[in-house]
Amino acid sequence: MNKTIDREDIIGARVAKLDAPEKVTGRTRYINDMVLPRMLRAKIFRTDRVHAKILKIDTSKAEALPGVVAVITGVDAPDGKIGVIKDNPPLKKDKVRCIRDELAAVAAETEEICDAALRLIEVEYEDLPPVFTCEDALKPGAPVIEVDRPDNIAMAQDFSAGDIAEGEKASDHIVEGKYNVHYVTHCNMGVSCCLADISVDGKVTLYSQSQYPYIMKMDLAPALGIHPGDLRIIQPPVGGAFGSKLDVYPYEPICVLLARKTGRPVKLEFSREEEFIASPTRQPVEFRIRAGMTSDGIFTFRDISTLLNNGGYTSWGATTPYVTMRTCSSHYVVPHIRYSARAVYTNNPYAGSFRGYGNVQATWMLETHVDKMAEVAGLDPLEIRLRNANQPHSMTPQGSNLGCIDLVGCIKISAEKSDFLKKWNAYSAQWDNGERYKRGIGIATSLHNAGGAKIHKSDGCGTILTMDDYARVTVMTGASDIGQGSDTVIAQIVAQELGVPLRDITVINNDTALGPWDVGVHASRTTYIAGNSAKRAALDARNQILAAAEKQSNVTADQLDLRGGHVVQADNGEVVIETGRLLRQMHFAGEDAKLVMATDYYEPPTEPEDENHMGDMSAAYSHAAHVAEIIVDTHTGEIEIEKIWSVQDVGKIINLNGLEGQIEGGIAMGIGYGLHEDLKIEKGIVQNPAFRDYHVVTAPEMPPIDMAFIETDDHEGPAGAKGIAELPTIVIAPALGNALYNATGVRIDHPPLNPEKVARAIWERSNKNDAE
Amino acid sequence: MPHKVDIAFTLNGRPVAAAVPVSASALQVMNRDFDLTSAKLACGEGECGACTILLDGVSRNSCLTPGVDLDGRDVETVEGLWTGNGMDLLQDAFVEAGAVQCGFCTPGMVMQAKFLLAPGKKLTRDHVLRGLEGNVCRCTGYHKIVDAIVAASGETS
Ligand code: FES
Ligand code: FES
Repeated sequence: MNKTIDREDIIGARVAKLDAPEKVTGRTRYINDMVLPRMLRAKIFRTDRVHAKILKIDTSKAEALPGVVAVITGVDAPDGKIGVIKDNPPLKKDKVRCIRDELAAVAAETEEICDAALRLIEVEYEDLPPVFTCEDALKPGAPVIEVDRPDNIAMAQDFSAGDIAEGEKASDHIVEGKYNVHYVTHCNMGVSCCLADISVDGKVTLYSQSQYPYIMKMDLAPALGIHPGDLRIIQPPVGGAFGSKLDVYPYEPICVLLARKTGRPVKLEFSREEEFIASPTRQPVEFRIRAGMTSDGIFTFRDISTLLNNGGYTSWGATTPYVTMRTCSSHYVVPHIRYSARAVYTNNPYAGSFRGYGNVQATWMLETHVDKMAEVAGLDPLEIRLRNANQPHSMTPQGSNLGCIDLVGCIKISAEKSDFLKKWNAYSAQWDNGERYKRGIGIATSLHNAGGAKIHKSDGCGTILTMDDYARVTVMTGASDIGQGSDTVIAQIVAQELGVPLRDITVINNDTALGPWDVGVHASRTTYIAGNSAKRAALDARNQILAAAEKQSNVTADQLDLRGGHVVQADNGEVVIETGRLLRQMHFAGEDAKLVMATDYYEPPTEPEDENHMGDMSAAYSHAAHVAEIIVDTHTGEIEIEKIWSVQDVGKIINLNGLEGQIEGGIAMGIGYGLHEDLKIEKGIVQNPAFRDYHVVTAPEMPPIDMAFIETDDHEGPAGAKGIAELPTIVIAPALGNALYNATGVRIDHPPLNPEKVARAIWERSNKNDAE
Repeated sequence: MPHKVDIAFTLNGRPVAAAVPVSASALQVMNRDFDLTSAKLACGEGECGACTILLDGVSRNSCLTPGVDLDGRDVETVEGLWTGNGMDLLQDAFVEAGAVQCGFCTPGMVMQAKFLLAPGKKLTRDHVLRGLEGNVCRCTGYHKIVDAIVAASGETS
C-alpha cells in the first residue's frame, strides 16, 4: 500500500504571522527606513494661524540656503484639490483654514537643512475672524470657511423610518440625553512618511502607507495634474495605520511635486509633533437623543441629531455618519427612527477615518443611554438589552438582513462568565458606604458590518494565483496588510484548498502595478472579501490540479484531495502523486502544456445605500459584548480596570493568534478612548502634541481579558468567517462608563473618564447628597 | 560643518569606529554610520521606547543618548540577535506568541525584553508588564508580548 496522508485543518489553528520573523529580527524595511540613491529629504512649512488671508509667502532666503534643492508653494501646484468633497488644495495659496495648513515645502540634501530652510520662510497674513464650534459656525453671519458653502455645512445626512409621533404615543417613558465625544488621534508608531520617484516619461512611483492604493490613484492624480494610470503605488510595510491612511492628505502630493521639480527621489517624513498636529483625528460628535420605551422597557422610538465639527477641510470624518446612522437605527429593535447629521466647517483640525469609524462615537452614546433607560424602566442592564436585542436574519430599518448574528449569546455569555448580575446588584448598593475604593461592573454591546461596506461602486477584491514547478504558490492579492495579519489569513485559506504547507505560499500585496484591484483595508472587510477571492482562486487551481490527476489515475477528481503537498485519495489518504511532480508533468506536456494559474475577482452580494440610506451594504453583520469590572479611587478619580470579558460573534475563527491579537489591541485602543486619550484643541490649536501629554495605554495599564468567541458560521464568508477587527475598539468605552456609574452613582456623558472629571463628578454628587 | 568626534565601541560583538557630529544621537549614529534600522525613531523624546538598544547590557532610549556617549561601550541591537542562523529564543517566542502586528515597536520591545531577561530568572506577568512601561505598542494590547517574554524566561532560567 502507498503512503497515506491525513487531512490537516489549518483553518482555526494558532498560526504565526508570516511577516513576524522579519519583524523580530529588525529586517523589515518601512518607508521610514528606506533610502534611494540621490534621495532628497523634504519638510513642510505649516502655518501658525487658524484663519487668515495669505498676503505673501517669501521663500527666497530658503531657496538660497546651501543644500536646498527646491522650494515650492501653491503657485507651483496644479489646481486639483483633495479630500472627500475636493475642498483641500495640498498647498494653500489664498487663505489658511486650520493650524496644520501647508504653505510651502522644501527639498534638500538632509533633514537638518530642510529644518533650517523652513525657518527662513516668511509669510504675511491678514487674520480673519475664526470660528471653532459647530454652534457658532451655524449662526447667521458666522465667518465662512469654504466659499462654496456659505452655510458652513460640509455634509448632511438624514434618515427616518416609521413615525416619531407614533413612537411617542406608544411610549411610557422618554429619556433624553446629550453626549459630546472628543478628539483623539491614531498615534501610529510609524509616523507618516512617503517617498516619491518620477520616471523620465513623467510616470510617478509613490511609496506610500496608503490603505486604499487603487482608489488613491484616482484621488491623487488630479492634485498632480496627471492621469491616474500614470501613478504606481507601492506599499512597503507600515508602522500602523488604523484608518488614518484612507484618504489622500497634502503631504503626499507635495512630496511628488518636489520629486518632479528636482528630478530626484524625495522622502518626506513627519516628526512626532507634526504627526499629532497634522494627521487626521477621530471625528468629534455632539449627540442629542430622545428615546422612548414602554413600561416594560420595549423600545418605541429613537430621535437622534448630531453635529460634527468638520474642521477646515473635509476628509472621511464627515462621512462617519453613514456608520453612526447604522448603529443609531439598527442596534436593538426600534420601530420609529429619525437621525440627522451635519458636518460643520470650523477652524479646527479635521478628522479622518479611524478604526470603528463612526461607531465608536455612536456606541458610546447609545450604550450609555440604554443603561440610563434601564434604570428608568426599573430593569437591569442585561434585561433591557435582551428584551430589545436584534434577532438572527431580521431586517433592519435601513434594509439590511442581519444574517447569522448572535447578540443574545454575546450578552448571556459575557454576563455569565463575569457573574454580572450578582456583582452589579452588590456594587450599586455601596455608593454611599463611605469607602474610598469602589468596585463597579458595566456592560456594553454593539453592531458592526462584518462583510465589507459598499461605499463605492464596487466593494470587491481581486486575486491572481500561480503555482510553480515545485508546488510553491504565489498569491497576488489586492488587499493591503497594515500589520493586522491578513496576508497570513489569506495564506491559510489558500493552503487549506491546495494542501500545501503555509511556508510554501508567498503573498504579494504591495504594488498597484502587480496586484488586481481592491477597495482598501477598512470596514472590517479584508478577511471576508479578500479571503473569499483568494479562496475562489485557490479552488480554481485545485480543480485544475485534480482534473489533471484524474487523467493520470483511475480515480475521479471528486474522490481526490490535496494534502501535505500530494494528491491523495480522499477516503483513505493514499498518495496518488506528489503535487509538484504532477505540476511538472502538466507543464512539460508538449502541445498540451499547462501552467496552473487562476484569477478571481470577488464582488460581495451587497448594494450601496440609496439616497434614502436604504441598502444591504455589508455581506455580514456581527455583534460583540464587553463587560468591564473596575475599581474607582473616589479621592483621586482614578479608574483601574480589574478585568474585561469580551464575547464576539466572529463567524468562524481562521487564525486564533491573529484574532486574539486584534481583540486585545482593539480593546487597548478603546480603553484609551474611554479613559484618558484626549487631543486637546483650544481655539483651533493642538495643546498636547507629544506622547508625554497624550496618554496612550501602556503595558501596566492593560487589564486581563477573558475572551470568548461565538462561531455563527456565515454562509457567505470564507470558511464561515466574518470581519472582526473594529468591534473590540467600539464596545469597551461605554462598558467602562457604565461600570463607573455602577461603582459610584456618577455618570459622565462626555469621554474620556479622566481622573479630574471623575473626581469632580464624585465630589459634586457627594456635595449634593450632603445638601439634601 | 558640525564638529565631529572620533569614537570607537563594540557593536553587536564587533569593534567599530566612526567620526560622529556632537549633535547626533546614538540612534542617528547607528542609522547613518552603520546602516542599522531596527531601532526606530517614533518620537525622539524618550517617550515610546521604539529606539531601545542595550548599552553595556542596560536598555536605553537611543534617541536621547548622545552618539558620542557610545565611545568605549558595548552596544547591542536586534540585528545582533540573528546573524543568518537560528533566531534568538526570545525572537522565536515573539513569533510564536503572536506578539507582532505592524512590528514598528517590536525591535525596541525585543531589546527591552532582553534586558528584563538578563538576570536569568523566571519572570511573572506583572513584572514584565511593569518592565515594558516605557515601550509603547499601538497594535497589540501588550498581552501577547508579555506571553512571549514570560515563555522565553521559562526557557532561559
Ligand atoms: S524614539 Fe526614542 S523613545 Fe521614542
Ligand atoms: S506591533 Fe504595531 S506598534 Fe507594536
